[in-house]
Amino acid sequence: MHVVYPAVVSCLLFSTGVYGVLARRNTILVLMSVELMLNAVNLNLVAFDVWLRDQLNGGQVLTLFVIVIAAAEVGIGLAIVLAVFRNRQSIDLDRLRELSEPSGDAPAVEKVTAGGGEG
Amino acid sequence: MTPALWPPTAQEIVFLLLGVVAVGSALLVVTTRQLVHAALWLVACFGALAGCYLVLTAEFVAWVQVLIYVGAVVVLMLFGIMLTRAPIGRTADLDSGNRVLAAIVALATAAVLVTVVVDGFRTAYAPLEPGTGSAKTLGGSIFRTWVLPFEALSVLLLAALIGAIVISRTDIKGRE
Repeated sequence: MHVVYPAVVSCLLFSTGVYGVLARRNTILVLMSVELMLNAVNLNLVAFDVWLRDQLNGGQVLTLFVIVIAAAEVGIGLAIVLAVFRNRQSIDLDRLRELSEPSGDAPAVEKVTAGGGEG
Repeated sequence: MTPALWPPTAQEIVFLLLGVVAVGSALLVVTTRQLVHAALWLVACFGALAGCYLVLTAEFVAWVQVLIYVGAVVVLMLFGIMLTRAPIGRTADLDSGNRVLAAIVALATAAVLVTVVVDGFRTAYAPLEPGTGSAKTLGGSIFRTWVLPFEALSVLLLAALIGAIVISRTDIKGRE
């Protein structure tokens, strides 16, 4: 197995995840895209572990650790999303802008799209 | 010494087919207009990735992937979709206004990564030997070499569990 194949598949998965994180508005979809990026990293870890023939199996063990941490992250993340939904009745990332800088006199809707374009 | 990149061997063809399924369903996850379908495409993507791990002889990681990702994480996502009263069916506003910019950034990331990776690992070849990723081998190295991070991770999981419970309960108030 050439190492190029898993590495390229993992690159494509990672950039798909990048697109999802940047382009999606629903918080749960952003969490899913983060999972895609974590999986790309896992594929890389496994492929390079097989290539380097690590005696300690460092790559595969680290893959297991990343999977466990991803599970913990999803649990906490969904708890936070549910708390936000309980308080705001919305989980649209574009509308959660209390921490942003007030930008001049632009109306709220335009502020959303303008701020989104920068991110 | 190393075989030529083309034609691919049977293992590589199987791996590439699984990789195409994984990347294709990942693209559908980030572009579909229906929230529940995104979660279901995520199952397809993780399943194909588990197949990739199997081809790479990492059996134990593949089954852990099926158990935790397909079994637990996607179900958690579906619960999240359900509890946030997401609209079922086609919804227009799942994408924010910066789709074009996001596509440009993602394409640039993909171009840079693929160029660098292909350039750097063109001659790297990993012969596949069955058994290097079996549960016995991995268990041995987890409980010998990596036992300390393993225990730290179990504490982390406990902390995440308690944290999720505390965050999602409504009857726990602050001081005052």
